[in-house]
Amino acid sequence: MTPPLFLTPDEWSALRLSLLVASVATLASLLPGLGIAYLLARREFRGRAILDGLVHLPLILPPVVTGYLLLLAFGRRGWFGPALAELGIVFSFRWTGAALACAVMGFPLMVRAMRLSFEAVDRKLEQAAGTLGAPPLAVFLIVTLPLALPGILAGAVLAFAKAMGEFGATITFVSNIPGETQTLPAAIYTLTQVPGGEAGALRLTLVSVALSMAALIASEWLARRARGRLEA
Amino acid sequence: MIEVAVRHTRGAFSLDAAFAAEGRVTALFGRSGSGKSTLVDVIAGLVRPDHGRIVVDGVTLLDTEARLRVPVHRRRIGYVFQEARLMPHLTVRQNLLFGRWFSRDRDGGPGLAAVADLLGLAALLERRPAGLSGGERQRVAIGRALLARPRLLLMDEPLSALDEARKAEILPYVARLRDEARVPIVYVSHAVAEVARLADTVVVLDQGRVAACGPAAEVLRRGALFPGRDTAETGALLQMRVAAHDDAFGLTHLDGAPGRLTVPSLPLPAGASVRIRVRARDVLVAREAPRALSARNVLSGTVTAVTPGAGAHARVEIACGEASLVAEVTRLAVHDLALAPGLSVLAIVKSVAFDEETIGVVEI
Repeated sequence: MTPPLFLTPDEWSALRLSLLVASVATLASLLPGLGIAYLLARREFRGRAILDGLVHLPLILPPVVTGYLLLLAFGRRGWFGPALAELGIVFSFRWTGAALACAVMGFPLMVRAMRLSFEAVDRKLEQAAGTLGAPPLAVFLIVTLPLALPGILAGAVLAFAKAMGEFGATITFVSNIPGETQTLPAAIYTLTQVPGGEAGALRLTLVSVALSMAALIASEWLARRARGRLEA
Repeated sequence: MIEVAVRHTRGAFSLDAAFAAEGRVTALFGRSGSGKSTLVDVIAGLVRPDHGRIVVDGVTLLDTEARLRVPVHRRRIGYVFQEARLMPHLTVRQNLLFGRWFSRDRDGGPGLAAVADLLGLAALLERRPAGLSGGERQRVAIGRALLARPRLLLMDEPLSALDEARKAEILPYVARLRDEARVPIVYVSHAVAEVARLADTVVVLDQGRVAACGPAAEVLRRGALFPGRDTAETGALLQMRVAAHDDAFGLTHLDGAPGRLTVPSLPLPAGASVRIRVRARDVLVAREAPRALSARNVLSGTVTAVTPGAGAHARVEIACGEASLVAEVTRLAVHDLALAPGLSVLAIVKSVAFDEETIGVVEI
């Protein structure tokens, strides 16, 4: 019998899987997130409203619908599934699929935070950098990106936290396979469905709360540090 | 040599201005809303005009006819904005060197040490912009533009966001810049004192049109700075040389084309060159030498023109040697003294009429 405060091997595996899935989901969405946030914040182009809507769709759709759409698109017999499988990329019923679902669900939150921080960067500074000879890419890398950093970090932390808690789309898309796709929320849900699972559910709930708090504090700290540099 | 011709319409405002200027400092003068800032933004490439042609030192930067438009970052035009626009996340040193890297394939121009010395920034290099005063920030902005090896420096009212004390702190640096940095400057301002102290050429803008353009002394003497408005700010711009100091009475004697002038003591060595503005409203006109007079400057000359104004005033232009003074007097005085071209008169200026607003800076 395990002491009530220690995690069982299954619970450890759910925690490890959740951290892996959330990390991969966040890192993989970072670059596309930055790109789309910058486009939405700084460029006028045809189809801007459509792109904006598409990015925000997972925020409004029921997670089950998003999960089912992912299944239709990336399932073994889905629209892109077979083609991707030939390239060796398989999402269905794998942890990679859980990461994809978490990334899609966290994407609107990430893009929103990044977009706001890009919009908050004074364009006059970018203009000034241009008159000093900096081409547009350099202006982005040396001026816009560092100044938007607090918001970018906040967006990444937000997406990570969302990924840690994602349930509906993940379970619909890749099911609830212990050790492969059973993330923290799925494990908690499973434990609440079996007799005698309450203690385990409670332990994982505490872990969830602790992780979320840690993420929040970390993002605050990073943002404050980034801001502090501007005021020194 | 700068050639600018721009036609640009945005909403109700239309800019249609063309000028060519040669010289170290060209002042763009006009009240707010006259189109000065839009014009420099067009020169810098920050605003795309409907039609335009801009040539700086023989290099065409914009020619809408030929569909040529050099992008901002390849124009090599330094820009000092009204607000310094320093990068808040970089130190003063990094700000100063910002443009250096992008101009690394070109030689010439002063180095960091020289610019820090010229602008008095050596002690600030490791600080961040947030910790600087307004005047210090503006000096960093000037240095930063200079270090990017520009072919032209645009300064858009660089002093307007500063109080009088800070202005007085920066103006000498701008003058040193003009004399030592050898970069042509386009200086936007609506302050007569700044234009009079700095400019070789003045372009007066009014409602998007060029109202006057020419050598500073001439534009100032003609009273063309304020189109459609009589103003006592007009006057003569004189190039003088420090002749001697009178320490007992705290005075400095200046020699120049109109003769000798006595002004409140200047902290300059004998032989130093100085530019002074004699405001029309500070000049009295007399037909014969007054006796027991407090004013120390009595210059003899000949009336060359009398222009009655709309109201009580009249402008009298007086040639004193090589120089030309302008006096603003009443029309009644013109009548009573029978002032007319060809008449020999005395132009009288109180020494105390010369103050910070009118006495300029050292010239080479």
